Amino acid sequence: MNHDAVEKKVGLLGVLIALVISVGGLVEIVPLFFQASVTQPAPGIKPYEALRLEGRDIYVREGCYLCHSQMIRPFRSETERYGPYSLPGESVYDRPFQFGSKRTGPDLARVGGRYSDDWHRVHLLNPRDVVPESNMPRFPWLADGSIDGTVTVKKMEALRKLGEPYTDADIAGAAAAVEGKSELDALIAYLQGLGTNLKAGT
Amino acid sequence: MTTGWSLFVIILTIANILACFWLLRWTSKPRTASEKIGGGADTGHVWDKDLREYNNPLPKWWLWLFYITIAFGLLYLAFYPGLGNFAGLGGWTQAGQYERERAAVEARAATLLAPLAALPVAELVNNEQAMSAAHNLFQQNCAQCHGSDGGGAVGFPNLRDADWQWGSDADSVVATIAGGRVAAMPPWSAVIGEPGVEDVVAYVQTLGGQQADATKAAAGQVHFQTLCSACHGIDGKGNPLLGAPDLTDQTWLYGGDAATLKQTVMNGRNGQMPAWGDKLGEQRVKLLAAYVTKLAAGR
Repeated sequence: MNHDAVEKKVGLLGVLIALVISVGGLVEIVPLFFQASVTQPAPGIKPYEALRLEGRDIYVREGCYLCHSQMIRPFRSETERYGPYSLPGESVYDRPFQFGSKRTGPDLARVGGRYSDDWHRVHLLNPRDVVPESNMPRFPWLADGSIDGTVTVKKMEALRKLGEPYTDADIAGAAAAVEGKSELDALIAYLQGLGTNLKAGT
Repeated sequence: MTTGWSLFVIILTIANILACFWLLRWTSKPRTASEKIGGGADTGHVWDKDLREYNNPLPKWWLWLFYITIAFGLLYLAFYPGLGNFAGLGGWTQAGQYERERAAVEARAATLLAPLAALPVAELVNNEQAMSAAHNLFQQNCAQCHGSDGGGAVGFPNLRDADWQWGSDADSVVATIAGGRVAAMPPWSAVIGEPGVEDVVAYVQTLGGQQADATKAAAGQVHFQTLCSACHGIDGKGNPLLGAPDLTDQTWLYGGDAATLKQTVMNGRNGQMPAWGDKLGEQRVKLLAAYVTKLAAGR
């Protein structure tokens, strides 16, 4: 049989394997980079303002995504509980995106406005003060953490280089926007904004 | 997807399937008589002196499994969306399936809720079916703040007592749930200073029947009547229209001890009930209003 050549020449075998495997990625992933519904913001979606941007970074730092997803799938059971299903255009300013892959806690894609700021404050410091059944960890150090506005400005400048439409005024006002705020304030601002922009845009 | 990318996906996918088919044919076809099963061709590999590796084609049943997966793949791509912009002969879409599921359940919910739609809150309270639906709604949406038994937490009202911050009549309760509420207790430390706040706290304690320093309370009463009475009333009985709590009862949202009261008066409080009207709709809000009315009545 003439598959001898493929089986005996390891270099050729490697090249052929790479070709076969790359077909999946070429077909399923590459076209997404050129599809407007995935790369362009949905109506009403704006880049995170300074305080929310800091809150997003704290969300990432504390590993919230390990237990909370931000991706409501188009199933009735999910939309019943969390609200309308997520659209790709809602995540274009998430770098990295926070879809998550596990729900020990509930999905947070549309948690904005669901609870009061005070509730989040109490709940983040000790979840069992408001939800006795909760198994979420406490995050008491957030109240003491402060935010460095100079870093916020650098972050926004870096994101602008990546193509996020921050205006000069946005960046100029960033340091003032986070002045005197705690990490807790920033995280709450981030959470309260989740999923609220899409509605404002429709 | 643009036509170009659509073609890119279609061509690569079809070419990939055809290549699989070709590969199967190419490797399975015996080229000489000795390569047929039982023909005796081997790879030349010998172990343990006489153990030879035959170079036989795949067994037929195995080969057919591969052909069947190819046929399945082609049928799947014909009926479901997968080939670029081609929507598939079956007309299936993810959003379509979701809408069908939703419509089916909404229709079922509508038939269940229809008999309840006309009932006023006062009657829903006694309707077992309504209360069972409302119980689920409460656990899903309200329990996070008010507790799974409606018992509340510090700063989040207990719904099991007879006290109503924003009014107990059906219309008020519906308005509270649908539109949300924002209570605004302003901070007073800048206005009357810390000693003034302590005086007011002493007076508020006497209002609720607690023991407090009489001189301080008397001084506090003056502040209370000029400042606090605007919302809490001259007698401290509160005003449901403003969400100003009754200070003469034993119910305290944030705590009735001197230290907590001082903090409340010094820094103010901003209790907030989120709005649920848009999320739940009129009908479900009414069910919840009946549910909390029932909770408060202790039934």
